[in-house]
Parts: sequence; structure tokens; C-alpha cells
Amino acid sequence: MPARAASVRAALAKRGASRHESLLRVAGARYLWVALGLSALALIAYLADRSTPVANGGTWLGYTLGTTAALLIVWLMLLGIRKRSYASRLGTVQGWASAHVYLGTALIPIALLHAGFRVGWNVHTLLLVLMFLVIGSGFFGVFAYLRYPAFMTRNRDGASRDAMLQRIADIDQRALTTADRIDPKLHAIVLRSIARTRLGGKGLLSELRARDGSVAAITQIREAIVERQTVLAMPAQPVQAPAAGQTMFAMVDYLAHSQDDTSIGNLRSLIDLLAQKHELARRIVRDVQLQALLELWLYVHVPLSFALLAALIAHIVAVFFYW
Amino acid sequence: MSEHYRIAIVGSGPGGLSAAARAAERKLPHLLLEAAAHLSNTIFRYQRGKFVMAEPGVLPLRAAVPFEAGTREDILEAWNATGKKLGINVRRGMEVTAIERDQAGGGFTIRTSNGTTITADTVVLGIGLQGNLRKLGVPGEDFEFVQYQLDDPGEYVGETIAVVGAGDAAIENAIALAANNRVIVVNRRDEFARAKEGNLLAMLKAIEDGRIECHYGSAPLRVECAEGAKPGLLVLETPKGETQIPIDRLIARLGATAPRAFVEACGVQFPSNDPVAVPQLSPRYESNVPGLYIVGALGGYPLIKQAMNQGYEVVEYIVGAAVEPADAPLLKAKFAGVVGFRDVDAMIARIQGAIPLFADVGTLQLRELLLGSDIRTPKAGEPVFLKNDFTDTFFSILDGTVEIDLPDRKQRPQLGRGEFFGEMSLISGRRRSATVLAGAGCVLIETPRRTIMTLINSNAAVKAAIDRAFIQRAVQSRLFPEGSTAQLAELVAGARIERYKAGDVLFREGEDGDCLHLVRSGSLTISREIGGREVVLSYVPAGNYVGEMALLGNSKRSATARAAIATETIRLDGAAFNTLVRRVPLLKLQLQKEYRDRTAANVAMQSMPDDGDIISFLISQGAGEATDILLIDESLCVRCNHCERACAETHGGHSRLNREAGATFAQVHVPTSCRHCEHPHCMKDCPPDAIHRAPNGEVFIGDNCIGCGNCERNCPYGVIAMAGEDAKPPSLLAWLATGFGRAPGDPPAEKKKGSAKSKSGKPKKAVKCDMCKDQPGGAACVRACPTGAAIRITPEAFPAYARSRR
Repeated sequence: MPARAASVRAALAKRGASRHESLLRVAGARYLWVALGLSALALIAYLADRSTPVANGGTWLGYTLGTTAALLIVWLMLLGIRKRSYASRLGTVQGWASAHVYLGTALIPIALLHAGFRVGWNVHTLLLVLMFLVIGSGFFGVFAYLRYPAFMTRNRDGASRDAMLQRIADIDQRALTTADRIDPKLHAIVLRSIARTRLGGKGLLSELRARDGSVAAITQIREAIVERQTVLAMPAQPVQAPAAGQTMFAMVDYLAHSQDDTSIGNLRSLIDLLAQKHELARRIVRDVQLQALLELWLYVHVPLSFALLAALIAHIVAVFFYW
Repeated sequence: MSEHYRIAIVGSGPGGLSAAARAAERKLPHLLLEAAAHLSNTIFRYQRGKFVMAEPGVLPLRAAVPFEAGTREDILEAWNATGKKLGINVRRGMEVTAIERDQAGGGFTIRTSNGTTITADTVVLGIGLQGNLRKLGVPGEDFEFVQYQLDDPGEYVGETIAVVGAGDAAIENAIALAANNRVIVVNRRDEFARAKEGNLLAMLKAIEDGRIECHYGSAPLRVECAEGAKPGLLVLETPKGETQIPIDRLIARLGATAPRAFVEACGVQFPSNDPVAVPQLSPRYESNVPGLYIVGALGGYPLIKQAMNQGYEVVEYIVGAAVEPADAPLLKAKFAGVVGFRDVDAMIARIQGAIPLFADVGTLQLRELLLGSDIRTPKAGEPVFLKNDFTDTFFSILDGTVEIDLPDRKQRPQLGRGEFFGEMSLISGRRRSATVLAGAGCVLIETPRRTIMTLINSNAAVKAAIDRAFIQRAVQSRLFPEGSTAQLAELVAGARIERYKAGDVLFREGEDGDCLHLVRSGSLTISREIGGREVVLSYVPAGNYVGEMALLGNSKRSATARAAIATETIRLDGAAFNTLVRRVPLLKLQLQKEYRDRTAANVAMQSMPDDGDIISFLISQGAGEATDILLIDESLCVRCNHCERACAETHGGHSRLNREAGATFAQVHVPTSCRHCEHPHCMKDCPPDAIHRAPNGEVFIGDNCIGCGNCERNCPYGVIAMAGEDAKPPSLLAWLATGFGRAPGDPPAEKKKGSAKSKSGKPKKAVKCDMCKDQPGGAACVRACPTGAAIRITPEAFPAYARSRR
């Protein structure tokens, strides 16, 4: 039974934090201090080292810094495996991510000190450049992670993306029914605009291709109305067409003045529907953009990391076989 | 001259059919009456191809009819075939309207809806709990085109169909039928008040879009057969007068009449008004009406196998044959380890003699209770349960003693033979309040929550005894551990249990304080009016008291206490409390200290009213009844879905969490995920009792789930799903190396939706969050979150959490 007492205690202990902490501040920013310590240590050793007149990677310090940096790179790349090892008990993914950010940043001073601040047109400098690109894309990732999630919630305003898409589908159906009651031509315009709208779907490609046909539909409806008015009106009485940049509300006002059309009510509700759809679609597109911003940088960060690893291997091979 | 039989059996479900089969086997003059047009209507109405389980596996089947786990079709076919072979005398389409006991002879007169009268010496009632479908109640209600249920809406195309009713069933049918038919809904009222929110919106939208026509405030007057294109004519009384509608079909979904009223009309008494109460039966399944026997779900035995065994046994009992109940070998095995065990009946007598709580419980019910219970014989000094364990079983002491370990007291109180313990967690749904250690020669009966709750709800004396003990012990342990029973007697005598619905007010700010409430189950919020709106200051879970502030200061209530969820409190009288406080100065000091702490916390909350809004939001999301809830900070959540993937990966490919669904307030998101309620709704109606609470609080579903879907329907938070068999987690390295196949966390290959069976033909079972109780590392969703957006917290931590979000 003591075993059970221990398991209860362990369960109470492992429940972890009961507050939300960003990954930069997790566990009192423990890894910030680790990274600062590591960098300071490297800097002191660099400044203290007088073994060669020009610092380079070939000294004992150079090898130490180089090995540290190489091991760090390999460890940083292991995050990709750790975050998919869902049953792993090796720390939390948040802890890993926090360490990934801080220790990844510490790679800058360590690698620069390892290189002795020297660059050239060679595979070694390529490695350095790749490293900066990877770290730079990582910085953008941290920025995106800290900034965009809150925007996303605000933009969604309590609705899920699926719910918004569902509402758009409802509006489409009602718009078609309404348009059908007015004029077959309008029906065709609304149908075309629906066909042209592409929102939702899974994957980055469909996210980037999101578009909404309701603005075009509103423009076309306006044109259609103008055309009809022109045909109906006496040639002697020129029709004042609505200006291209007019808002939808102005258009409704305009329509209210054309007293001869019996389907004004329907038209008004059709434009109302399309305006609602436009607003929803705007929010979905924004949602998709934010989601893409949260994912897109990884499409740079991860492939460049693999290029970095390849360059690292090339660098080590070159150093030991051809120096 | 009416027909006469030795045994009349009402209802041809598993229990009734088994009884009829045994009667036929014994060549007894019998008659089986079934209201529907086919046998075993409840099982007949299962979804096509549904896999029916044969739980409990350990119980042997003893019946003249075969039964083993299989599809609905196989089972019904086997039953029909056996019924024919044995020559069961059955009459279908005979709805029994009354069963009267003849005063003189002791026999029964049975009347049916079509006017037939039958007499019988004995009656076996096996009508289950489904009840009879309510009919239209107007002329023409039985025409062929009038139906009271709808199995497959896809069967009908291009018809004009009238749907009568305004409940969820009517709405769901109408909307499904509207896809291919012209649908006219007849609603007696002016709105769809009884429907669920989602159904209501869908219905109003369908009416607005013109897909469904609706007659509000209308009632059918009669249904007529018509000549011409449409076979029927529905005559309606509408607010504008009489209307005639030609129809192809009429579907009336008017609900069912619960069988209880009918059973009571037969003279059977129920021990309480509680809806789950079952009639008191003798060991031979005889009710308080001599000669009227009750088997199956109606008597409190919801599983098919139990009902079939009872059907067999009841016939044996009626003819006077001695038969050992099917559960006897199981009970024998349970008692085998108890010193002095001879046979089951003697043991049951011994239990009734030793434990006063069970003295008046019927033998049959006690057998059932013991069958669900475990007999434990812990060694002296061994803990029975530990403080902070999340178990909720109930213990009665058959022999020996137990000691209660209270850390702040030198002497350990003892409980002896015949007493019981464990009622605190049983009632409050919270962690164990103290460790209990076994004494010498200890024999305990450990009864699971559901089993003891069934007894409590059907036996007023048991309920009263447990409530009395609860009040005494709760007052003692929470308010005055040092006090003797005598000191507390006055306070306890005046205590009452009070019930509140979610949102009810216990007392309001500014009222005179005349009592103190000890929260027994549920939870409260404490709020004050600040700047014209109610601001929540704190959350009070079960086990704590409120209202002592006004009593101590003898002043007005300083805040409003409101039930966060359905809550029960022990109301302690203010005068008796003050007398006690005057007599015991120490108690006053201790209460004043708590008073100061609480005031300080409240002042802190008042300075930030927005924190209170977060608590209010969480309470509105049902977090008040949670014991552990997943919260996502949307300002940290990067929508990577690793939480869901981690859940799926560690749970056979089925995520038990829906990150995106659920409400958000001030960036705090409550995803659709199990909260491990204090009194889990999912446990309420689980036929094989497969849902349990682990010692650490995790509510989980065991392997004996039969896939009935009751828990899925009962969960108000929609966190239970039916899923096919588990998929093996894919290999991470293989996926990384080749990029082919399923990535870790991806769902397994899509199966046909809506099918009751998974791909391999195994039945779907209910799945839900088990808080990763089998994962050594803890909750996978939280541990897989790269940004720390997902955390799990307990409601006690809500105020601290709200403060942390400034």
C-alpha cells in the first residue's frame, strides 16, 4: 500500500502548473539562464585564450566550441522527434521548446566565437550563413507564436472556422433562393460567385488559395441593375448609375429610389446577404492567413535545418580530411 | 366466458420470453402478451446489425431460450425459432391496459386495449422501462399509414408526410424526411419549446426556408381513409378553423408513457418517488401484490442475461420448484474467504443480523448488492483507502474494526462491527477526507457507488441512516474535530439537508444571517454587487462551509452564495451554532482565523472584478462540477493540434478531445474534453456498470462496455464518442525516414460513418478521456503542447488561476 500512497503523491505532483505560462517564461525562464551562462562561458574562454595570434577553429578552444555547437545543432533538431513522441516521459514539449529557443539563440555567439569572426567564400561560411537563416526563421516563429494566436481568437469572435463556413453555406443557399425570386440573371450571377468562392479545406495550398466571390457578385448585380434600368427607362431620361466605389448601403438607398421595381425588397435582402457573406469571408480569409503565418515559417525553418545538418557534416569532413 | 391460464406473462422481452419458454417447456398453461406486432420490441428496435453484448460475462445463463453475444438479427432469429419450437402461446398486438387482482379467488383479470379479457392464477410482468408509445388519441389513429416510429427516413421518397409532435424525435424525423418528401409538421403549441437548441434552430430554419410547412397551435381532429391519389386525409383543428390535408403517411412522435403509472395501477408499490426507484420484491421476484411477479429492467435488472435467468427462475418458483438462483455460485466464490462461511443463505442472514443498515433490506436486493460488492479482509494496519484517494465506494463492517487516521489528533477514532464508512466521498464525489486503516479481524463489504445508490434510492430507511451519519461526521470533521458527539448533539439535531438547482441563491448579500451551510455535494460561488453588477469572489467546493461570517459577527450577509451546479447543503441552525461557539472558545478562534483569510482573499478579488468574470465564465461552462478540467490559453495556442494528436496516439488512434470546439472568454478556451465530474453524468445509466473512477480521480470506461451509447447521450458536454477498435500507433522512425504511411497522431484509415460496427465487424465502444491514467508521464495533451497553452486545473484553483491572468 505504500506504493499506492506514492502513486497518489506522484499523480498530484505531476499535474504540473495550474497557470498559463508562455514558453519564454516557463520554469522561471530556466533555459534563458542556461543559454546566457553557456554564452558567457564561451566568451570568457575566448577572451582568455592567447594560444594563437588569430583565433580559429583549429585550437583546443576552437574544437571545444565547435563540438559544443555541433552537438547543440543535433540536439535542436531532435525537437522534431520529441514533439512527435507523444508517449515520451522525457520532460514536456513546452520545456523542450523553451530550451530550443534559448539554446538555439546561444548558438550565435558560440558559432561566431568558434569561427573567430572570420568568413570567406567556402563551405564553412555557407554553414554559418545557413545557421543564421535557420535561427532567423526561428526568431520569426517565436514572434509569430507570441503575437498571432490572440489575433486569431479576436478575429474568430467565438465561432469556429467550420461554423463560419457552415454559415456561409447557409447564406449561399438563401442568396440563391432570393436571387431566383428576382431574376434568372441574378441567379446566374450569385451561382457564379458561389462557384468562384474557395474557402476552407485542409493543407497549406488551399489555405493560400482562399478567395471570396461575393464582392464580384455585388459589382455584377449593380451592373445588371443599371443595365435593366437603362432598358426600362425612356431614352430621353438619362439614368444616374451608382458610382463604382459606392458602398453597399448607398446602393440600397439608390435602389430604394427606383420605385418601379416590385422586387426591391428581395434585392435589398439579397445584397444584405451578400454583404454578410463578404464580412464572414473576410474573417475566414484573415483566419486562414493567420493560420498560415503560424505554419508557413516552419516550411523554411525545417528544410533549412536539414540543409544546415548536411553542411555541418560537409564542414566536419572537410576540416578533418582536407584542412 | 374469458380464457384462463396458470401463468400470464406481460411483455415478451428477454425476461418475459424466457419465462414463457420455461412455462412452455414445463407444459404449463400459459399466455404471453406482447403489445407490439413482434417479439422483444426493445431489441427489435435496435439499429440494424447492432452487436448485442452478453454482459456480465461471469454470470452463467440459465434459460430455455439461447442467448449469446451477437448481432440483433441473430439473437431475434434464435429467439423466434426457439419460441416456435417450444410452442410458446403468444399473442402479439395485445396491449395490456389493466391487471386487477380478484378479491375472492386470488387470481388476476387482465384487460387489453382491444377489449379481450383474460384471467390467470399468476402474472409475470416483464414490460421493461421503455413504456408504450403515445398514440394520437383521435379516430383513425390505427390506420396502416399512421405510424408511431420511423426507422429509416431514406425509405420514403416523394411522399406527403405529416409529422405530429414538437419534441426532438419529431423534429429529427421531419428534417430527415424533408430531404426527399413534402413534410407538414403539426405542433399543438405556438413554439418548439421542448426541443434541444440545435434541433430548434434547424427546425426554424427549415420552416423559414420553406422546406417544411408547419401548423402551429393545431391539433389533429381525426384521420380518414381517402379515395384518390393520397391514401389518407388528416383533419386538423387550426387557429383559423378546420383544415384538411391529403397525406401519404402520418408519423406521430408523441413520446412514451412511462410504465411506472401502469405498474402502480396494478397495485405495486414503489419505495420512493425517485425515478430510479425499483419496486420492492421478494427473493422469488414476487411484488407486494401476491401472485404478481416482476422480472427484468422493471425490477431493476437492466441486462439481458439477468432478465432471462429471472424469467426461468420465476416459473420454477411459481410451480414451487426449489431452484438455486443463478448467482449462487458467484456469491459462494465471494464469501469463500470469510471465516465461518457455510452457505450463501446463512451468510446473507448473518449480514442482515450484523449490519443494522441492511437489516430491513429485502433478500433479493441484498443479494444483488453483494453480487456487485467485494468482500475484503485486509490485515491489521493495512490502509483500506488513503486520504485524497478519489474512490467512491461504500464500506460496511461485517466483522472487526477500522481506525480513522486523523493527522491532527492523537487518538484514532474507531468504527466497529455493523458500522459503515466511505459515505463522505460517495455523497460529495470528492477525494477521501481521511485515511482508514484496518483493525484486527476485519471483514469489509466494499460496495461500488452505483450499487449502493440504487439501494439508497429505493430504501428510505437506508437513505435516512446514511444521511444521519453523514451530517454527524461532516459537522464533526469539518467544523469541530475535537468535539464529542454530545457537544454536537444539539447542532446536529437541528441540521437539515437542503437542495438547490444550479443558479439558486442560498442567501443574498444584505440579508440577516440565521444559518450556516456545509456544502455536502455540488459547489457554490460567492459574489458581491460591485458597481451595479454581480462579481464572483470565490468558488466553494463540497466539504466547505459558508455563512459563518454573518453568524460570528451577528450581522448581515456580506455576500451572495449561489449554487454553481445542482447542490446539496447541510443547513445548520444559527442559534444552536452560536450556543456551541459560546461554549467552546477554541472553535471561535479557529473560525475567526478562517474568516480573516477568506476576507483577505475576497478583498483581493474585489480589486480585480474581471478575475471574477473568468470564474463566472468557467462556471457557466459547467466547470463547477468538474474535478479536473482542460483549459487552453488561446493567446498561447498556435493551433498545431498536437494535443489532439497526442491524445489519439496514446489512445488507439481516437482523440478524446476536440480542441477547437467549445467556448472562449478573455482568451481562456474550454475545449470539448472530459472534466471528470464529481458526479459523472455518464455513469448514470451504464447497463454493465463499465464506467469507474480511478483513485486519482480519472473517470474511465472499462473493457466491459457494451457500446449502447447511453453515456454518450447522457454527457452534457459531448465528450464521449463511439469508436471502433484501436489502431496500433505507427512507427515514428519509419515515417520520418520514408515519409510514407500514417504519421504519429494521424487518425487511422477512415471507416464508414454511422455504422454501429467497425471495419473488422467488432462493435463500437464508448471512448472518453481517461486523463492518461495509464500513461506514466501524465496527461499527454498537456505534455505535448509546445507553447504551454494547455493546462489541466481543478476548480479549487480557479481563483488563483484567475489572479494569474492579470
